[in-house]
Amino acid sequence: MSRTTVTIGLASCGVAGGALPVAQELEKLLAGREDVEIRKVGCIGYCYMEPLVAVVRDGKTWTYGRVDVDTLHRIIDGHVDNDIVLQDHLILTDNVEGGGGSESARGEKQVRIVLRNSGLIDPKNIDEYIARDGYRGLLKAVRGVPPESNSGMTRDAVIREVLDSGLRGRGGAGFPTGMKWRFARDAKGEAPNAKNPGGTDKYMVCNADEGDPGAFMDRSVLESDPHSVIEGMAIGAYAVGASHGVIYCRAEYPMAIEHVNIALAQARERGFLGEKILGDEDFSFDIYVKEGAGAFVCGEETALIASIEGERGMPRPRPPFPANSGIWKKPTNINNVETWANVPWILTHGAAAFNAYGHGRSRGTKVFAIAGRIKKGGLAEVPMGMPLREVIYDIAGGIENDRKFKAVQLGGPSGGCVPESLLDTPVDYESINATGAIMGSGGMVVMDEDTCVVDVARFFLNFVQKESCGKCPFCRIGTRRMLEILEKITQGQGVLEDLDNLLSLADQIRDGSLCGLGQTAPNPVLTTLKHFREEYVAHIVDKKCPAKVCAPLIHYVIDGTKCVGCTRCARECPVKAISGEVKKPHHIDDEICVRCGLCKKTCPVSCISVD
Amino acid sequence: MTTAAAGEISDLGVRLAPIIERHRGKQGVAIPLLADVQKEMGYVEREAVEYVGRQLSIPPAELFGVATFYAMFRFQPQGKYVVRLCRGTACHVQGSARLLEHIERAFDVHDGETTKDLMFTVQCVACLGCCSLAPVMMVNDEVYGRLTPEKAVHVLEELK
Repeated sequence: MSRTTVTIGLASCGVAGGALPVAQELEKLLAGREDVEIRKVGCIGYCYMEPLVAVVRDGKTWTYGRVDVDTLHRIIDGHVDNDIVLQDHLILTDNVEGGGGSESARGEKQVRIVLRNSGLIDPKNIDEYIARDGYRGLLKAVRGVPPESNSGMTRDAVIREVLDSGLRGRGGAGFPTGMKWRFARDAKGEAPNAKNPGGTDKYMVCNADEGDPGAFMDRSVLESDPHSVIEGMAIGAYAVGASHGVIYCRAEYPMAIEHVNIALAQARERGFLGEKILGDEDFSFDIYVKEGAGAFVCGEETALIASIEGERGMPRPRPPFPANSGIWKKPTNINNVETWANVPWILTHGAAAFNAYGHGRSRGTKVFAIAGRIKKGGLAEVPMGMPLREVIYDIAGGIENDRKFKAVQLGGPSGGCVPESLLDTPVDYESINATGAIMGSGGMVVMDEDTCVVDVARFFLNFVQKESCGKCPFCRIGTRRMLEILEKITQGQGVLEDLDNLLSLADQIRDGSLCGLGQTAPNPVLTTLKHFREEYVAHIVDKKCPAKVCAPLIHYVIDGTKCVGCTRCARECPVKAISGEVKKPHHIDDEICVRCGLCKKTCPVSCISVD
Repeated sequence: MTTAAAGEISDLGVRLAPIIERHRGKQGVAIPLLADVQKEMGYVEREAVEYVGRQLSIPPAELFGVATFYAMFRFQPQGKYVVRLCRGTACHVQGSARLLEHIERAFDVHDGETTKDLMFTVQCVACLGCCSLAPVMMVNDEVYGRLTPEKAVHVLEELK
């Protein structure tokens, strides 16, 4: 029997899904065995199936989902030792892009460029990255890869390649990456040399301040495949002529920071970072990690720069653009994690291969983080242009418990809710913008009929109101006023005039704010008002929350004809709102009730309902 | 009185000396400097900030300006376990408000506060990025997913 590898997914989502005890058991079970190797990998994006374990043998992979300690024993005894595949937990065979297994359909729909290595390699081992064509893109740019070519590409040729690929910023705005690089390349830095008459004292920044609630692809890429980002940045640095690199990562991602730091040290050791990279006299570049300190607005370019400089992260007007005056007033180029991870693939496979995927002016793929009321939440990378419906139903399996779809929230707090009627919208920057939402970083939170859109709008306003840096009065005060109105409505105190006030405030905030946070803050309210106005009206006129979410508008009621008087609910109730004698129907005091729902969950005869 | 006060300052000086040296003469150090102070003192303690500010010629007002801007800085001592409860969109849709209510009730603590026995500090955070396992919370550096209100309270009780 040939050598076997057993992989286990240990990214944050795997850990949250209970992978740690399984990993410990795996090490115990295989201790001292030389024929089987353990590989701790990142995330393949099938989060709903965590913990994930795969058996790799003879170039073939069998991936198992929902593996607890008992299942692991069966995998080792059955598959590893006796070649018997466990059909009941098998989700994929061959590879993540298809084959057999219960989840193969999800794999076949995907095109994995950004996620090409995620969940397959050990992110702490540079050799595994290199074995899968890692650093080949950088080598091609700087030195050339024989026999294909014996010399590197000129810096302009690298920029041209990225321009031709059609790659646009994956952080949200969708600005062409190659064009951004060209601006930074043309900007005048200091310390010029023969190859860089423009100077090399420039900064390459990776924006890893993934703040949109509901988006987690950047975390996953940094945890699972940090070298792809580092290589992308090195290629960008070569093209632009930069010598300093910064990865600005939010502190809420401790594992991402750890993995990136390990990868940086390895890249330095191998000469992919540092002085005279790959022997090029004029190419020196190094990267350090800067931890964010918890401020959503720092995802905005100019605020991010202020934060790197150690200031309060407040945006400033543009121009000057970062390309001319960024960190310490030096030319600075900022791209987000997913954008950087695309770059090595484009260099290795060529612009045309990348451009072959896509729709309209949106080329390549997009990674979506799918969550909410969905059967199969996780990460999926699809070619641009796939209709939303296909992503939600074919890849993510449709709505949890087969409830009715209500809306999908795209783009986080800057985005909006897309209703059922627009589900055939293809995922590309322009088409999604036309719905009133934005592509954003690719967070997709699916909502069913049990989600209240007014409550969701209030949730986002609460978020942006807290995260507003306070510089622009319209954003600082206006979002507060909008939040107050939404709170009034969700408490049943709203009047119809409030809806007009929301719209007029939204206009003013959009026009009177300096940065993207303020300009887009009203979007969640605007899109829900546009597509779900009747729900707002129900809250205001009928004093009802159709989804039964807004606490002041719902009431827990015991059906006296069904109640057997078991007293269980009365004992569970944390605020003692339930009274009644043993074996007689009980009653809930609506004034005291805090709508926690415990009674409904406890009732053995299901006689408690929400009105 | 005088000697006691002088003694305290020198204690503080000894504790903060390595931090001051690490950041001396560099630009843009406010955030890592404050993070180091918080690590050493357990929170952003006023005297400590004033002390490092004086030593590095950074006005304390500038340091407090930065500290109050970012969510990661705390101005009160924190518990042994920092419970970061995710209030992101996916967690919200999956009922994280309920989780918070139950934790608040079970441990007599509110968002941003620390329990009287200094065991738990409860903090609502925007998004922990484990959305498909919502609702989630992070206790120190460990993430717990697919929670219910009962499970969340249970996890914390086990730690006690």
